[in-house]
Amino acid sequence: MSDRLSRRDFLAGAGAAGVALLLSPPRASAGAGDPILAGRPLVRYPEKTDLILLTSRPPQLETPMKYFDRAITPNEAFFVRYHVFPIPTRVDLDEWRLRIGGHVDRPLELSMADLRTKFSPASITAACQCAGNSRGRFSPRVLGGQWGDGAMGNAEWVGARLREVLQAAGLRPGAVDVTFNGLDAPAFPTVPDFVKSLAVAQVMDWPEVLIAYQMNGQPLPMLNGFPARLVVPGWYSTYWVKNLSEITVTDQPFEKFWMKPAYRIPDTPCGCVEPGTAPARTVPISRMRTRSVIASPESGSRVPVGAPATLAGIAFDGGYGIQAVEISDDGGQTWHATTLGRDLGRYSFREWSARWAPARRGPQTVMVRALNGIGESQGLVPLWNPAGYLRNVVERVDLEVG
Amino acid sequence: MTRTLVFRLVALLASGPVAAEAGAVAITLPPDQGALKAGPGMEVAQKACQMCHSVDYITMQPRGGEAQWRGVVNKMIKVFGAPIGDEDARVIVEYLSREYGAGR
Repeated sequence: MSDRLSRRDFLAGAGAAGVALLLSPPRASAGAGDPILAGRPLVRYPEKTDLILLTSRPPQLETPMKYFDRAITPNEAFFVRYHVFPIPTRVDLDEWRLRIGGHVDRPLELSMADLRTKFSPASITAACQCAGNSRGRFSPRVLGGQWGDGAMGNAEWVGARLREVLQAAGLRPGAVDVTFNGLDAPAFPTVPDFVKSLAVAQVMDWPEVLIAYQMNGQPLPMLNGFPARLVVPGWYSTYWVKNLSEITVTDQPFEKFWMKPAYRIPDTPCGCVEPGTAPARTVPISRMRTRSVIASPESGSRVPVGAPATLAGIAFDGGYGIQAVEISDDGGQTWHATTLGRDLGRYSFREWSARWAPARRGPQTVMVRALNGIGESQGLVPLWNPAGYLRNVVERVDLEVG
Repeated sequence: MTRTLVFRLVALLASGPVAAEAGAVAITLPPDQGALKAGPGMEVAQKACQMCHSVDYITMQPRGGEAQWRGVVNKMIKVFGAPIGDEDARVIVEYLSREYGAGR
């Protein structure tokens, strides 16, 4: 806590010394052997450790793969993704209010103290992943944020249940959607403000949706949504609106830009189409596909022959929980069980680890796949859609044995 | 302002763990260090694009031909309302297709 405050204090108030620090050149670049990450600088933003720079205005920062050897992603390493610029860089809690209005009986203006004390705090550990995570790996390539695999993180969130806040405001008959707006607002009035929506019927039946003001035991970093953000467990993070300031209940379906035409997937069972083609119909993106990664050893590493190496990573899905994680070192012909880490709930990253003793020298590839609670897994062939969403192909690391 | 902020942060710190219920917090973003490749039209492109976003939005994209970049520039104008005139749009598309074109 004190570290966080002193850093904020320093970054907000320090003079020449602070500026000099901020102007120091990037220390290194990320992922030399990775065609998507090669040449991207590691940068240090306020309240953040060294992350991979995707864009700076608005900021988009990617978490290095080394952090995915554990279930909880540290706040300082948690990825950052904004849509419009400028973004909020100063929030005064004496002035900040969360306004709940629209098609309700009693519009509310909640202070942070209200949010914390008038509603029972609820806690959930949930993975947050950008819809376009790994977009840079699509083939054929697609336009958009060219993420590697680090636009994801997992944290313990504490906050008020959205359902209880909406009940306090009193939904009027005929309420259809709930919209969420944050403090980020585009410089140009013609640029659509980032506003997302969920269906009333769904959120009133979904107690795990939180207005979170705490992340891994701390207030949220500004770049992860201080002072509060929506947490929609199991769903892609486009719905997890940051720096939340306004919740509006509508009596008509909400279909503004960031719901339609943005953030939509083909209306097919796989959310995919034949590579290079356009879908006939689309629907809003929602639940996350099952995924798993190998964080350690990193691709390109050398491991000794004969001696067992420890492989480790995480797996997660859209809210049914990870049942099994398997690895293969023969191109996916045979698969071997791994040991799962502690179960932190069905929305959380699940750690996995395995001992792997390579029998021969030379280059070898290890693959990982996960199975969730309703039998969904990952394919050896990547799915494709024109916006570059939902990527969940079996991941691999290339290792040099000997 | 700085003094007020520090005072508030100290007060907040004294109030106990994770009790972020009052006071202000602020951050300063590091400078934008992105740059476009030099070439005819670069300044027009930089000025137009940076009205809304840093140029790393451009440099990270897959390389593509004139059709790709015309599509992107048209989207910025028609969907996001970027105030870019026809002549500037032509210059920008030409610049992007040349410097960030297929095979570059």
